[in-house]
Amino acid sequence: MRSGTSRALRALPTLFRVGVAETVAYRAEFLVWLLTSTLPLVMLGLWTSVAGEGPFRGYASPDFVAYYLATLVVRNLTGSWVSWQVSEEVRTGALAMRLLRPVHPFVALGASHLAAVPFRTIVALPIALVLLASSGASALSGDPGQLLCVLPSVALAWLVTFATLFTIGSLAFFITKSMAIANLYFGLFSLLSGYLLPLPLLPRWVATVAELTPFPAMLTTPVELLTRTLSGADLARLLGVQLGWAAATVLVALTVWRLGVRRFEAVGG
Amino acid sequence: MIRADELTKHFKVHRRKPGFAAALASVFRRRYEVVRAVENVSFRIERGERVGFLGPNGAGKTTTLKLLAGLLHPTSGAVTVDGYVPSKRPPELLGSITLVMGQKSQLIWDLPPSETYAMNRAIFDVPKAEFDATLAELTELLELGKLVDKPTRQLSLGERMKCELAAALLHRPKTLFLDEPTIGLDVAMQLAIRDFVRRYNQRHEATVLLTSHYMDDVVALCPRILVIDEGKLVHDGDLRQLVKTMDPDKRVSFTLTSEVGADELERLGAVILREGTRVTLRVVEREIPAVVGRLLGPLHVADLAIEDPPLEEILRAMFGKAREERAASEAAEAGGAT
Ligand SMILES: Nc1ncnc2c1ncn2[C@@H]1O[C@H](COP(=O)(O)OP(=O)(O)OP(=O)(O)O)[C@@H](O)[C@H]1O
Ligand SMILES: [Mg+2]
Repeated sequence: MRSGTSRALRALPTLFRVGVAETVAYRAEFLVWLLTSTLPLVMLGLWTSVAGEGPFRGYASPDFVAYYLATLVVRNLTGSWVSWQVSEEVRTGALAMRLLRPVHPFVALGASHLAAVPFRTIVALPIALVLLASSGASALSGDPGQLLCVLPSVALAWLVTFATLFTIGSLAFFITKSMAIANLYFGLFSLLSGYLLPLPLLPRWVATVAELTPFPAMLTTPVELLTRTLSGADLARLLGVQLGWAAATVLVALTVWRLGVRRFEAVGG
Repeated sequence: MIRADELTKHFKVHRRKPGFAAALASVFRRRYEVVRAVENVSFRIERGERVGFLGPNGAGKTTTLKLLAGLLHPTSGAVTVDGYVPSKRPPELLGSITLVMGQKSQLIWDLPPSETYAMNRAIFDVPKAEFDATLAELTELLELGKLVDKPTRQLSLGERMKCELAAALLHRPKTLFLDEPTIGLDVAMQLAIRDFVRRYNQRHEATVLLTSHYMDDVVALCPRILVIDEGKLVHDGDLRQLVKTMDPDKRVSFTLTSEVGADELERLGAVILREGTRVTLRVVEREIPAVVGRLLGPLHVADLAIEDPPLEEILRAMFGKAREERAASEAAEAGGAT
């Protein structure tokens, strides 16, 4: 396994380059995908009109602007279609070819998805600039140290999301309609990650449940780092929780994969 | 070395009759049927052997190759390749085997094959100089030319197969599992691939396990063949030996130069074919000298040739017999049930 990991590391730049080439080849689909992830803008419109008549439970208009634009940026950088990809490859048997290579599919797919991130910043960056320039600027955290922590936080959010989606895709080894689970997942994600609305605006018990799931680590944490001024202790705690979820979700992903791949039927051929 | 011991793979398939009612019923009670794709197959293949895998459609050839390459976990039994258990997919093993499936592509669909090659070089950790040398060799042998720079999806079937083979061999695997590698190739390319596989086998002392529906591929390449039917190994050995045990009689064919009566021919051997002046007889081996003497002497035939029966014919007879036996036993079972 050690040799597998070191091979994977050496192969990363090439996997990355192929991922870039793939993203370029799929640029039209990619843009469509980006456009479909604009739900936060809809929510933004909704909430600014609500908050127009005065702050809603402590959230004024600029707070909503900052929150949803930050949400858009983070989701743009961390979301992926890897669950669909894995379940398709399992269903069609295309995974066979991946299994013949001495690199774990988690690493290979991870590299190819990471390769898309620079392209996503093309979209994320202008939004981030709007965020800075607009009224939201005042609602942005002013602490440069904290803003620096946004980078590792986004990276961890990416990993938690990727591992979770990889797990859902791997369910295709066990059930034929694993995409139904993906829909359920997206519902839970929208609610519990803060994608639809800030967690503090949810009923208390929902927010409490959310805290027990990896969903906030996928989105809310980096968004909070961007938009709220936190104490050093809170900052450390949030990053620590994210790190914990990253370890846990990767472990689950690899375990589900290992159990599932025994059932792989490599159909076709 | 490849070892299979009582290797068995069963698939559970969900059977359902067509129609809405049946669909609804299947929600509550699923009916499963077991497909015995590979059943208690044992063999050993030494380093450097070229082995052909024959059997009718659905016999279990591809399933066996998938088990050997580690894509499938066996239902029972054991398999090792160079001492490794393939289904554990240790990187050391994956780095020294390859599986080419005529029906499956490892090339990245929207990118030129050269991108897949670059990726494989990195993943298999092939040194640059070795990679360049291998690629140059493969490019020449397979006449790849500029194909490698065209997006895969724009390649013809044969072109893609050639690029596929190259992708599979860039890391110079020591064990080659080839599942219908010549599918879709024209005759010239089929011959080229055959030569190439033999040369690769000799140069690198690589083990080759090959299936093909072109019998000629197997005959030309593989001194040893495994015959599998309905998941069971029914023959393992020398090609000539198979022919001998199944049908020891020779085929004597010739062209008549004068009128010869049918009964005269029948006296020499069983007439298998008679098309105009072209005749093929089936003759018991020890009678060959007498028959040939008579044909070349009094009967004055031309173009005389003595051959073993064609493999296709033998296999057809072999599988046909198995089918008949199965049909008979099924009929008996059905009869017992009513
Ligand atoms: N994933 C699967 N699920 C259910 N049945 C399967 C599966 N894969 C193969 N089978 C069945 O197992 C048997 C053996 O299939 P296999 O593909 O090994 O045949 P084959 O010898 O390669 O045939 P061919 O010459 O047509 O390629 C067939 O009856 C096939 O229907
Ligand atoms: Mg097959």
